[in-house]
Amino acid sequence: MPKDTSIKSVLIIGSGPIIIGQACEFDYSGSQAARSLREEGIEVILINSNPATIMTDPLNADHVYLKPLEKKSIIEILEKHKVDAVLPTMGGQTALNLAIDCDAAGIWEKYGVRIIGVDINAIETTEDREKFRLKMLEIGVGVCKGRTARSFLEGKEIAQETGFPLVIRPSFTLGGTGGGFVNEPKDFDAALNKGLHASPTHEVLVEQSIMGWKEYELELLRDNLGNVIIICSIENFDPMGIHTGDSITVAPAMTLPDTVYQKMRDMAIKMMNAIGKFAGGCNVQFALNPDNDDIIAIEINPRVSRSSALASKATGYPIAKIAAKMAIGYNLDELTNAITGSTSAFFEPALDYVIVKVPRWNFDKFHGADKSLGLQMKSVGEAMGIGRNFQEALQKACQSLEIKRNGLGADGKGLRDQDAIMKSLANPSWNRLFHIYDAFKMGISFKTIRNATKIDKWFLYQVEDLVRVENELEKYTLQSVPKALLEEAKHKGFADRQIAYALRCLESEVHDLRTSHGITRVYKCVDTCAAEFEAKTPYFYSSFSQGSETLDNESVATDKKKVIVLGSGPNRIGQGIEFDYSCVHGILAAKEAGYEAIMINSNPETVSTDFDIADKLYFEPVFWEHVYDIIQHEKPEGVIVQLGGQTALKLAEKLSKYGIKIIGTSFEALDLAEDRGAFSTLLKENDIPYPRFGVCEDADNAVELGRQLGYPLLVRPSYVLGGQSMKIVINEQELEQHVVDILRDIPGNKILLDHFLENAIEAEADAICDGEDVYIIGIMEHIEPAGIHSGDSHSVLPPFDLSENVIRQIEEHTRKIAVALQTKGLINIQFAVKDEVVYIIEANPRASRTVPFICKAYQEPYVNYATKVMLGAKLKDFNFAPKKNGWAIKIPVFSFNKFPNVNMELGPEMKSTGEAIYFIDSLKDEFFRKVYSERNLYLSK
Amino acid sequence: MKVTQSQPAILLLEDGTVFRGNALGKIGTSGGEICFNTGMTGYQEIYTDPSYFGQVIVNTTSHIGNYGVVNELEEESASVKIAGMVCNEFSPIHSRKTADESLQEYFEKAGIVGISGIDTRQVVRHIREKGVMNCIISSEILDIEALKAELAKVPPMEGLELSSQVCTQEPYFLGEEGAEKKVAVLDLGVKKSILSNLTDRGCYLKVFPAKTSFAEMEAWAPDGYFISNGPGDPAVMPYAVATVKEIVENEKPTFGICLGHQILAQASGLSTYKMKNGHRGLNHPVKNLITGLSEITSQNHGFAVRMEELEANPSVELTHINLNDKTVEGLRRVDKPAFSVQHHPEASPGPHDSRYLFDSFVEML
Repeated sequence: MPKDTSIKSVLIIGSGPIIIGQACEFDYSGSQAARSLREEGIEVILINSNPATIMTDPLNADHVYLKPLEKKSIIEILEKHKVDAVLPTMGGQTALNLAIDCDAAGIWEKYGVRIIGVDINAIETTEDREKFRLKMLEIGVGVCKGRTARSFLEGKEIAQETGFPLVIRPSFTLGGTGGGFVNEPKDFDAALNKGLHASPTHEVLVEQSIMGWKEYELELLRDNLGNVIIICSIENFDPMGIHTGDSITVAPAMTLPDTVYQKMRDMAIKMMNAIGKFAGGCNVQFALNPDNDDIIAIEINPRVSRSSALASKATGYPIAKIAAKMAIGYNLDELTNAITGSTSAFFEPALDYVIVKVPRWNFDKFHGADKSLGLQMKSVGEAMGIGRNFQEALQKACQSLEIKRNGLGADGKGLRDQDAIMKSLANPSWNRLFHIYDAFKMGISFKTIRNATKIDKWFLYQVEDLVRVENELEKYTLQSVPKALLEEAKHKGFADRQIAYALRCLESEVHDLRTSHGITRVYKCVDTCAAEFEAKTPYFYSSFSQGSETLDNESVATDKKKVIVLGSGPNRIGQGIEFDYSCVHGILAAKEAGYEAIMINSNPETVSTDFDIADKLYFEPVFWEHVYDIIQHEKPEGVIVQLGGQTALKLAEKLSKYGIKIIGTSFEALDLAEDRGAFSTLLKENDIPYPRFGVCEDADNAVELGRQLGYPLLVRPSYVLGGQSMKIVINEQELEQHVVDILRDIPGNKILLDHFLENAIEAEADAICDGEDVYIIGIMEHIEPAGIHSGDSHSVLPPFDLSENVIRQIEEHTRKIAVALQTKGLINIQFAVKDEVVYIIEANPRASRTVPFICKAYQEPYVNYATKVMLGAKLKDFNFAPKKNGWAIKIPVFSFNKFPNVNMELGPEMKSTGEAIYFIDSLKDEFFRKVYSERNLYLSK
Repeated sequence: MKVTQSQPAILLLEDGTVFRGNALGKIGTSGGEICFNTGMTGYQEIYTDPSYFGQVIVNTTSHIGNYGVVNELEEESASVKIAGMVCNEFSPIHSRKTADESLQEYFEKAGIVGISGIDTRQVVRHIREKGVMNCIISSEILDIEALKAELAKVPPMEGLELSSQVCTQEPYFLGEEGAEKKVAVLDLGVKKSILSNLTDRGCYLKVFPAKTSFAEMEAWAPDGYFISNGPGDPAVMPYAVATVKEIVENEKPTFGICLGHQILAQASGLSTYKMKNGHRGLNHPVKNLITGLSEITSQNHGFAVRMEELEANPSVELTHINLNDKTVEGLRRVDKPAFSVQHHPEASPGPHDSRYLFDSFVEML
């Protein structure tokens, strides 16, 4: 059936603020779906409360509603617009739940809205563990032994039937909240109680534990005719027992024979067909018994998921785009593969490379949190590496993590305590992969490691082999290392920096040596078809050539003028989707300005890594070596570093040193803003007040300085984002302790001490500067007092109770600082206001977390303007016309519920994972009054 | 785990292109037509598929050998049929509890010469542009000129008849003797999984050598005929075309797969041609024009039936089409109970979407 012409307008529901378990992958799917529908001439209405998303941009939808994701908002939209259909599968569990609520309330029926892309009954079958289990048994698909308990007593009975170890899974919860393994009867009562409370329906599934089995996922697409394709098979490096969102995953499946894979494929199709007849995407998870290849079904998700985003980036197949087309009636055989532009969309991608996804955790932000990995997802982001082999992909993913490692191994940061290593192997946390490496490095036996981790031996061998390469390298020096060994190390993904560590020389020396040997990167295309057909999409990854004298480089550098935008890497607290928003707009603006726009990023959840955003996409680590090699290959006019957060920014110094032009504000200015001494001199010269401060390098120094400045003090390392390790201390003992803590984590760092202005009001401003003129795009006042990180505060745009005098000072200071720093592009300045005096806390000449929020509130494309300014335009070239009505409140959203032992305490270090926007017309608004009255509640330290 | 250092090897293409890598399997020299398979699973099934006889397989998936080999269960014939193998990463270890041995050991025993450490994507892009050609792999002759002389001895695939070399030399029986339905299989290089798909559906089979006469098969009084897959150029098999003509005239249900499809097409007055690269993989999209449904198919063919001739022939109907390049994937006789498909409904390796074709055949009997 071709397009259903009765659907002329579609409502897409977004996923709301970023929380653990539901991150920016849904911005990616939602925006791709919206574009896919609009190219069919369909009017797209979009609702999402998250202002940092690309999907909520006017370029994605005809009507955008930045409203709370609740029934009231849906009714409001339906009253205003004729909506033919709602597509709730692009916004994760949040969107599905809202669609179900509206359905139960008869809202869709009342307004004559069809639900497309899913079947409500299907959701119920898949979310209700007991219904799922019965359905699977009905179609002959194996599942775990066990059943659903609705009461404590029932739970106890089931445990008796099933035996231990077992697992508890609460129904209708996100990311496995409240679930867990129970190994012994004595722990069962407490776990059961927790599970029953976590489930909104107070139901839990109590079932047999299959810990240690191999875990797989398949991504399916099905059309209205019932044609099904498998987009991707994903194998988990970590066996069953760790939530798939917290597992290292690999595509394609590495250790599956065809007979077993086809059995799994048949089961997946049968399962999808059994739960309903909708056209759309579906994710199925399986466990495989390594002893006899028995397969059982774990779960099925009838929607676009985190794994679908990964599968899309892994294969090149645009799942959300095609799923959206199918939701409006198209069948797969009628659609074209967008990557090749010539073959059918009805096919299964063939990969001739490997991708590895490694999650990114932020346990450092949740002091006292249970750091062990289990059924409940705890990671905040992920990085993906693409390589021609597993090892190369794994090393790239590790190089992308932003955890101050240079990849896996060979950086001197390994653990050497055998007991600690063995404990970590058996009790996985964020660093288990690294400890497996350390274990091999120490000489712990393969068998011991295998027994402790239950990880498949094929994967363990790959890690062991990397250790072997490092050990080999250590036998040589830069002068003596054989070419073949260097080639092997590069081929297996070792960074020059890792090789330099092993050879005890400089990174640049390794780079020069390998280049002189002709060991240089080539770029390969992600083409969905293993080169069988020619691909039209410029989606590349790097590798090293093998076996041939001729370098087969598929990324042909053009002679157009071009610019590279550095992305922000994996999401983590303090650096999330906001920076991807800016990168995407930077790319689009550079294209408009006539540049070939090139994106480098390693985060598979993002819109910036969508295959049709940039003119060229390099899915590579935002890591010096990879960035530099791409620059060498592309020879761009320059690199934009101010949009991709700290990940991009921290490469500025080296780029500058290598004579590569930084587009926009120069490295010197970026550095000046970070250098507290130089920056204070600048403030002093411009008669701008700032809190008393000092810089110290050790604890003795700090104590002395503390006496001079007076307590309380704000203590922080330099060059960090999101207030990492920032703390307010009230006495010498606390100061000393914190300085020692910082120096342990970041040795050699300079530590800043500021006299903390107690009970001050905090405000911030974002502005664009072209070096001469300054345009302030927005001033925000925080509801919470100074001392709580700006990312964790409710900010109100424009200010709600600052005097004209204060606002005038903010504006003047902003202008002066922007010009003094010779800013070209964006700048964010944070202020503390006390007794009608405005003090500067810090200035950051780069895209801030609040820029997307202002863009959405005022409906202006500020990042677009700022990028054009970086490329040479002047502020006077633009007509600024912000739409200012009432106030917009940025609401921080936390994921503390994932860490039950952690108290919600707010301070200078950012803890929130996401944000929502809320518009008010009057300061009498009930929500505003409530937040205002609680403003001092959570301030701790 | 211990890994033995491998020896150097060379892959030389007919157009003079040289790739250098590591030897795998047997140390030796072996040549054939180079062709690539994009499947990500099922290497053992591919290597033992008689249709690949005389061909050097480039596996495009990045790792090969990861799960070892399982004798019998995942073999498509009693021996390895390929002429050689080219891959990117050859796994020195394998992980599967039920595996019998490693792929290296399996190849050594079978005397198969291979090469790893090759940028297979570069090879594929090369032959995608230049078209299919012969090649030679050697881990003993490392002198290019000497190897060129060896390569010159490898015969071109076009015009090559191979079925009679790979088929059974004596008729044999398969399935339950008392089964309700008897099917005569004309073995042009049949895969084991095709036979098991038939026996699983209650057929008793008698498998005949490629050059068996119709009269000899008919003497067994089968309820229907199956024309198998196999290697080589379908255009030089007049003996098989003649036999199939007689089978079809006899009005008994007839089903052909791959080479069997090409033979049935010729027996119906159509001709075949050599494709630029052929279809070899597990992900080829085929639409069934009768039901309107589509299926992901396993394919392995370098020749195809001419579409324009099929469209002009009133006694033949197009039933299946390839959604990528719109080539003929299936046909049926309008006047006779005979049909055939170009792809492999038995899969092995590959998706099981097309197995309904065996049901259709068995229903016709």
